[in-house]
Amino acid sequence: MEVAGEVLQSGSSQELHVLAVDDSYVDRKVIEKLLKISSCKVTAVESGARALQFLGLDGGKGSLGFNGLKVNLIMTDYSMPGMTGYELLKKIKRSSAFREIPVVIMSSENILTRIDSCLEEGAEEFLVKPVKLSDVKRLTKDCVTRGETEGKDGRRVNKRKLEDDNHSSSSSTSSSPSTTASFGCSLDPSELITSPLHSSKRAKLRDRD
Amino acid sequence: MGLVQLQRQLVDYRTSLYDEGFLDEQFTQLQELQDENNPDFVVEVVSLFFEDSERLLNELSKALEQQIIDFKRMDARVHQLKGSSSSIGAQRVRQLCIVFRNYCEAQNREGCQKCLQQVKHEYSIVKTKLESMFQLEQQILNAGGSIPV
Repeated sequence: MEVAGEVLQSGSSQELHVLAVDDSYVDRKVIEKLLKISSCKVTAVESGARALQFLGLDGGKGSLGFNGLKVNLIMTDYSMPGMTGYELLKKIKRSSAFREIPVVIMSSENILTRIDSCLEEGAEEFLVKPVKLSDVKRLTKDCVTRGETEGKDGRRVNKRKLEDDNHSSSSSTSSSPSTTASFGCSLDPSELITSPLHSSKRAKLRDRD
Repeated sequence: MGLVQLQRQLVDYRTSLYDEGFLDEQFTQLQELQDENNPDFVVEVVSLFFEDSERLLNELSKALEQQIIDFKRMDARVHQLKGSSSSIGAQRVRQLCIVFRNYCEAQNREGCQKCLQQVKHEYSIVKTKLESMFQLEQQILNAGGSIPV
């Protein structure tokens, strides 16, 4: 039983395994579909606690120990009862085993301070809900690219290093509500890339034409 | 009614739902996610929305009947309802939830009560309309036709 899981891994090296965390049934179903359409394997759980359990960060062995499927990306809702997405993000980024996994926060509320805090804690991106297929496709494509870059030079830049750097510089850059940290390249705190497109896209789509 | 007429009726009905503000762009997004591998996707998601909403509306009713109202808890429920209505594109319900949350924040009992009535009303309308639309779709499928985009 313990060996079989590892053997399976090699066949699906191209398919990303995404862990989706959301307390809403409706949103879980939608995100699952969005990810499957984007050719990802999905594990959808309803809470931060369940997510930690799955990863084995709660002290138990976790499901990963059994099926050997590495999680390549975590997408979590921000507002959840019990543990928020922000708290989950912190726990993941503070774990040596899982800190490298990109974490994307999703929220229906476009609050600048919230976005900044998430990015400062190491979130890759902050998506305003409802999440669109184009967002998911882009994210998963970036993840695959990042995986390939890693493979090539064997080095990984740890974004957590930001905490050793000057905090003040990272919070002053966000001029637009939705921001992205660049994938897979060395991150200089003064170079945080802001994507003004994200939230304005949402705002535009609210209008019916 | 012939197949062509049924299909036309569906397109008109669907268009009216958007025009009248019952549904927004997000519903279209959901439809675009449906494919041959998962032909009931929209119905399934919408059904989840119905279940979820009914539960939340019940809980909100109970909360407002209490002597002492827990506005924070109510707000959390309305937030959930806002989220799921947003995810399926139930625009009017979503918009009312925004107003509802303001009343929760202001701890305005009367405002909340009025809002709850309005949300229940809008919810039942959109539910009926979506069910009618799904019925039309089923009729088309039963007649051997395909659902127009």
